[in-house]
Amino acid sequence: MIAYADFKIESLAYFSKKMPNHVRWVLQQIKSRIERLNALFRPVMHYNCSAHHEGTNMTEEASNISSDTAAYPWSKNEMFLFRAALAFAMRDYTNGEEFGVSDIHPCDETKRVSFWFVVTRPNTTDLVDKGTVEMAIKKSRNRINGAFLLTDQTLEFDGIYPTLAAPVSPDTPPWLIVFGVVMGAVSVGIIALLAYPLVQRKLKKNKDADDEDSDEETGVKTAEIGANDGIYNSTFSDDERFTQM
Amino acid sequence: MKLKLPNPGLDDRIPSHEDLERMETEEAGDRPKWDNKAQYLLTCVGFCVGLGNVWRFPYLCQSHGGGAFMIPFLILLVLEGIPLLHLEFAIGQRLRKGSVGVWRAINPYLTGVGIASLLVSFLVGMYYNTIMAWIMWYLFNSFQDPLPWSQCPLNANSTGLVAECARSTTVDYFWYRETLNTSAAIDDAGGLQWWMVLALFAAWTLLYVCCIRGIETSGKAVYITSTLPYLVLTIFLIRGLTLKGSTQGIKYLFTPDVDELMNPQTWLDAGAQVFYSFSLAFGGLISFSSYNSVHNNCEQDAVLISIINGCTSVYSATVIYSIIGFRATQKFDECQGDNILHLINAFDYPENSITIDNYDQVLTNLNQTNPDIIQGLPLKTCDMQNLLSQGVEGTGLAFIVFTEAIIKMPVSPLWAVLFFIMLFCLGLSTMFGNIEGVVVPLQDLRILPQTWPKEVFTGLTCLISFALGLIFTLRSGNYWLALFDNFAGSIPLLVIGFCEMFSVIYIYGIDRFNKDIEFMVGHKPNIFWQATWRVISPLIMIFILIFYFVTQVTKDLTYLVWDEEAANFPVLEARPYPSWIYVIIFILAGIPSLAIPIFALFKFFQRKCCKDKSYKDHPVDTISAKIEMNGKTID
Repeated sequence: MIAYADFKIESLAYFSKKMPNHVRWVLQQIKSRIERLNALFRPVMHYNCSAHHEGTNMTEEASNISSDTAAYPWSKNEMFLFRAALAFAMRDYTNGEEFGVSDIHPCDETKRVSFWFVVTRPNTTDLVDKGTVEMAIKKSRNRINGAFLLTDQTLEFDGIYPTLAAPVSPDTPPWLIVFGVVMGAVSVGIIALLAYPLVQRKLKKNKDADDEDSDEETGVKTAEIGANDGIYNSTFSDDERFTQM
Repeated sequence: MKLKLPNPGLDDRIPSHEDLERMETEEAGDRPKWDNKAQYLLTCVGFCVGLGNVWRFPYLCQSHGGGAFMIPFLILLVLEGIPLLHLEFAIGQRLRKGSVGVWRAINPYLTGVGIASLLVSFLVGMYYNTIMAWIMWYLFNSFQDPLPWSQCPLNANSTGLVAECARSTTVDYFWYRETLNTSAAIDDAGGLQWWMVLALFAAWTLLYVCCIRGIETSGKAVYITSTLPYLVLTIFLIRGLTLKGSTQGIKYLFTPDVDELMNPQTWLDAGAQVFYSFSLAFGGLISFSSYNSVHNNCEQDAVLISIINGCTSVYSATVIYSIIGFRATQKFDECQGDNILHLINAFDYPENSITIDNYDQVLTNLNQTNPDIIQGLPLKTCDMQNLLSQGVEGTGLAFIVFTEAIIKMPVSPLWAVLFFIMLFCLGLSTMFGNIEGVVVPLQDLRILPQTWPKEVFTGLTCLISFALGLIFTLRSGNYWLALFDNFAGSIPLLVIGFCEMFSVIYIYGIDRFNKDIEFMVGHKPNIFWQATWRVISPLIMIFILIFYFVTQVTKDLTYLVWDEEAANFPVLEARPYPSWIYVIIFILAGIPSLAIPIFALFKFFQRKCCKDKSYKDHPVDTISAKIEMNGKTID
């Protein structure tokens, strides 16, 4: 029973070093990772990868990759890390079956880091079926991403779509909170503005009542008390005391 | 033209120059006054500078030949905008009344002009504040990270995104589904959307608190609402210019296409934009200038405010298009990037072998060598010009295009908050003028008892507008708003504006008007004003009115719907209106315009049938009637 499993890992190729600074600001987090990995992994259920790709030697291809790709240092070490991560994923999914690095077989590597791989059971040459490998990868996707410091968008397994994280929805929608604050301020404003003239009138009434009492007391104002408090109207006053003849 | 229509009894209805001097020195009456000149100018600037400067002018500029559009705009600003503005300021300052009072004083048969202004201000205020409610909704939603319009929600079984959102964009989905919850046709009313009702309530109560006592309260609010937009525009300009692609947007906006000047539609749009942009014929400006002192230099004010308005339009167009340029560049880069990725994947090229610069060359090479593979790839054509021309107008610009640009900027919530606060302030200061244009005529008409305080008048206006405005919170509310925008705020204003000019120049009398201005300002208006008031501006307005009317009547009445089942989804589809809409259109556009002749006829019949009671119009002139003590006439 042979089934083909396509796993593809790609990165966003255009996030190159030529990106101007302000966009790089945004991409800072993924910049370092993008420069590293751009691989197409296609696990082929043919154990014999070379049958799929006549006459090419795997190790030869691996070395080609590291020299051709200038954007990131894909190397045999990185491939080892990948195999180790996959082995971890298989172990985690199958609850302890002792998958080793040697059970992950990449092949058909291309100039642009993308390759197929197959997974065999530990200590045998039996192939693990596509479904199982897919489920294992899905379960440990974050860990595999983390190993390469990549994301779902930059490390793609062909055929496995990332389960979408549900958007965070807080208990009270934030807009209701802001709405409440605004409405509170507005209500306070309305009440204050409506009450202000009433309060003014009340104060004035009290002041008038006080004034009336004090008015009754003043009789003729002399200079000492308050005759000079008013504004002197000089319209009808002459400079001279006596009219001129 | 020395045409002057007979106008008996004018002197009895208006205060004479001596009365004005006396009123000036005594500070008599309980008429409100501006605290200082700055308050008055800020209020007028706020009323004139509104959402149209931000989302209508840039679109017109870009679609009518960029830099070349400035030419008709400036010409019509000088020949149409400034004279009308000066006229409204002068007549308000002279007659010291709101719009109904002014026209009734000039001639009782003209009261209809004031009533038409009242109706138009009411209808426009109703839908304008709904836009404010939408802005507030977006503002409330901007206080979170990530912004709600940056993500699509998941569908029912969490396998993928909601279909409607996946097929269009996140911003489209948030606007049409989560904000408006729009239905597919104007007949399909749907129910009231509770969150929209809350937002509308917030908008009206906030407006009420600012306008509660007329210019006493709104005069304080304008210090912020009129100045903050300029600050935010400057911040956005600085931010925009540092973004990639912004200069392309500005270049696109201002690249002149002189052929557009030959297109009459350009001139028509420029004229209409100048007219609506100045908020003329709403009655608010007349009211505002009536609170001035008699000797205020209204000529200078008119010129100053016109210049500010024009400059603000150009400035905000620059800012908006710098951001649109950024958005277009981002979308172009994404589109090209996807194409490059497809190519690299298909041919297993190393990374960075294909870049945006050599993409076209590589594509043509590959098309020659492997055409069959190229055909199989989902390559899209990325057209920068097309993306730039997507600068939509109106609500589309603010709630779709601009929000999309904001989510691509770093620290998005900050920019979103700033942007929507700016829009909110722009709209709020315009609403002050609208409310003034409704409340003061209402008081002048004496329908309700005079003893009721102003707070009650303002409160009633806000309450009734809110209640009727609930129609815009239905699922089909967006379509109703577009209807109101097209018909309530267009033709009636042109009619009223023309009637205003005609009344002042030919019924009030240009000679009397010149003398008034000489009395108020100190010199007679020069030949420019005479020529524009008497001939040029009325002609321009008639022209615009006729053309506008003809284009509206001849074109098929359609409206754009958001329909998931439409063929071109997510592009909006044009559908014809149902037949009962014509009744609504007539109510919106016809009734305010017809109020002018109807009221004149009404007054005519009232005079005729009640002729025997006409002695009441001329009270006996006695000295005792004129004695005042403590500021009140002795009864």
